Amino acid sequence: MIILWTDALIYLLLISVVSIGVLLRNHDGLKRPLKKIAANKSAMVSMIILLLFVAVGLLDSIHFRAEGQRSSGVISVLDYCTQPLWHHTEKTYSAPFSAYLYSKEYITQEGGHQVWAFPRLQFGGSHLTDPELEKTADVLSLLMTGLSKGLVLCLAGVGLRGVFRGKKSEQIAYRYRPGFIFITISILTIGVAGLIELSMYYHIFGTDKVGEDVFYQTIKSIRTGLVIGSLTTFIMLPLAVVFGILAGFYRGWVDDIIQYIYTTLNAIPSVLLIAASILMVQVYMANHPESFTNLESRADLRLLFLCLILGVTSWTGLCRMLRAETLKLREMGYVQAAKVLGVKPFGILFQHILPNVMHIILIAIVLDFSALVLAEAVLSYINIGVDPSTYSWGNMINGARLEMAREPVVWWPLIAAFVFMFVLVLTANLFADAVRDAFDPRRSQYGQ
Amino acid sequence: MIQYIFRRLMYTFPLLLGVNILTFFLFFVVNTPDDMARMQLGQKHVTEQAVSKWKVEHGYDLPLFVNTERGSFNKITETVFYQKSIKLFAFQFGVSDSGRDIGADIKQRMWPSLAIALPSLLLGLLVNIFAALMMVLFRHSYLEFWGVVACVVIMSISALFYIIGGQFLFSKLLKLVPISGFGSGIDALKFLILPIVISVVSGLGSGGRWYRALFIEEVEKDYVITARAKGLSETQTLFRHVLGNAMIPILTGVVVVLPLLFMGSLIMESFFSIPGLGSYTIDAINRQDFAIVRSMVFLGSVLYVIGLLLTDICYTLVDPRVKLL
Repeated sequence: MIILWTDALIYLLLISVVSIGVLLRNHDGLKRPLKKIAANKSAMVSMIILLLFVAVGLLDSIHFRAEGQRSSGVISVLDYCTQPLWHHTEKTYSAPFSAYLYSKEYITQEGGHQVWAFPRLQFGGSHLTDPELEKTADVLSLLMTGLSKGLVLCLAGVGLRGVFRGKKSEQIAYRYRPGFIFITISILTIGVAGLIELSMYYHIFGTDKVGEDVFYQTIKSIRTGLVIGSLTTFIMLPLAVVFGILAGFYRGWVDDIIQYIYTTLNAIPSVLLIAASILMVQVYMANHPESFTNLESRADLRLLFLCLILGVTSWTGLCRMLRAETLKLREMGYVQAAKVLGVKPFGILFQHILPNVMHIILIAIVLDFSALVLAEAVLSYINIGVDPSTYSWGNMINGARLEMAREPVVWWPLIAAFVFMFVLVLTANLFADAVRDAFDPRRSQYGQ
Repeated sequence: MIQYIFRRLMYTFPLLLGVNILTFFLFFVVNTPDDMARMQLGQKHVTEQAVSKWKVEHGYDLPLFVNTERGSFNKITETVFYQKSIKLFAFQFGVSDSGRDIGADIKQRMWPSLAIALPSLLLGLLVNIFAALMMVLFRHSYLEFWGVVACVVIMSISALFYIIGGQFLFSKLLKLVPISGFGSGIDALKFLILPIVISVVSGLGSGGRWYRALFIEEVEKDYVITARAKGLSETQTLFRHVLGNAMIPILTGVVVVLPLLFMGSLIMESFFSIPGLGSYTIDAINRQDFAIVRSMVFLGSVLYVIGLLLTDICYTLVDPRVKLL
């Protein structure tokens, strides 16, 4: 078992989120907004898809040593589950579901003479004798097998649910409306099962320049996207909350200093600040090779550092909002009353100010997530994002964009990366909107 | 009012000094000039002589803050901090690590950046506001619902997709415009159309939503109800009253970013090979030319601070309450 820095932080984040959830599970103020989110169909569907992404990301965040498996010998649980995908490495590009390589080669036939043709792939569709004739039928039958396996799983789920419902009787039926949630989960299960079945025998998204399965790359990239989206907020949150509330609450010179800090940071164009910092990290790593012997930990530290820099450049917006809100709150009657009654400043901060800015913090977290996932791709394109050896959608796009000029066009790595990124960002956006609508008091008043 | 603006002007100096010290710390203290020289000369087998020669050539051979070997005033001026950082205040950018004059490069390259950024901003603003007004005009209808859905979808797609897809569709398949490049005079137009259209479309999602939220908040207010009550049609209230009142936040928001337009857009310029400051910066990042990156950081913050000043001036013009301060 090997614990990388980001792994540890991700699980720390998970534990803190779960424990906060457990602590606040019976909190009265949360019931109405949570019910509102639960009633929002698009939000619930998005949440289920997001949870699938998170599950993949979490599986990919448990690393252990498996000798002889890879060059570095470190693989994750996800790697372990998807072994066929990364064992099936071809020579170079091949189109999705193709049984042939992208480029022609001289093939030595049985008689000894050579033919200039597309060679068969080593793994993709290799079980077929004549791909032209059999492929469509084979793909369909594999798809059917996969889908029916998924269906069986779903039916098992229905059975289990029936058992549990029998025990808890009507309580569950009253509290949830599991109809469409269950349908979403079923569709997802069936679809994923179909994809898995197909990906065992074909490269469903094709292969890239060095012959690696693109489907494998896209699901490995999920972790990078999630890490950037979540750890950055984890890092910027303490800065924004502490500085914002202190500036608004104490005013005077504290406010002046904090305002000076965030205006200065804001003044530097954020892309340039990120670029400068990443350049400096590169120089540092190049000059201290002894501390970064392991390829995995080196890429991991760079990812962590990227989150750190993104956090430093992105806390100013939330800080400003919190400061403005605290300025308003400290003049409120109940805060003034607490002051008159002799409650200590820290007591006021924790009891009266913090709970009342919580909705702003929560909304900022969910809204920032999708923007950060998109930012990763752009930064990787400018070469100031994650390490080139890390799987990420940005790196995939960066590696494939020049191939658009080829004839025929190599479109599959780009489309695969864009589709996965789009699904993640779209669901995150929809979920964020629902959270904002539910928690923002101004919106809930008008029943919007 | 003059006094207020003067005070704001004075406030910019500590800001720029802060930026300057921060970048200096980032570029010279985290990694010493020796590290940088080694990086530039290649990692292995670099002799001490080569490092010191590189440092002399690029002016990094001085001490960082205080030069004890020189007398009186030169103690401060003959240092890396003075030569490389303080001189930026006079817009003396010096030479890049590859030996070119950065100031001249910037002067030459800021106009192509502006040529693409200014039309993108203005056209984008127009389209966003129009789309938002339409959504508000037809609120509680299917048009609004699908408009909002379209906005979410548009803003969920990566900007890289619009660029790559746009180039592929319009330049490669349809051959309507050249894929990339830049010309002079009227010739530049055909190179500019695609990047401008792409940036307008990719900004429509978040922009449209933002302006819609702004207008929706505005139409709940009392003066709008009054306007409706006195018999104005919905279109008239929306275009005359709501738009007029929402103009103040919209315009001040635009003024802030106006100076920054000179910096150009990094990915747009690099994808379309437009010789502006954005592609200049990207090239510098890829070549690890620290002198250029440092100059661009400083230039960017100066332009941002100018934007803040312009916003303050705007506020004094449109909001009479500020004059009293």
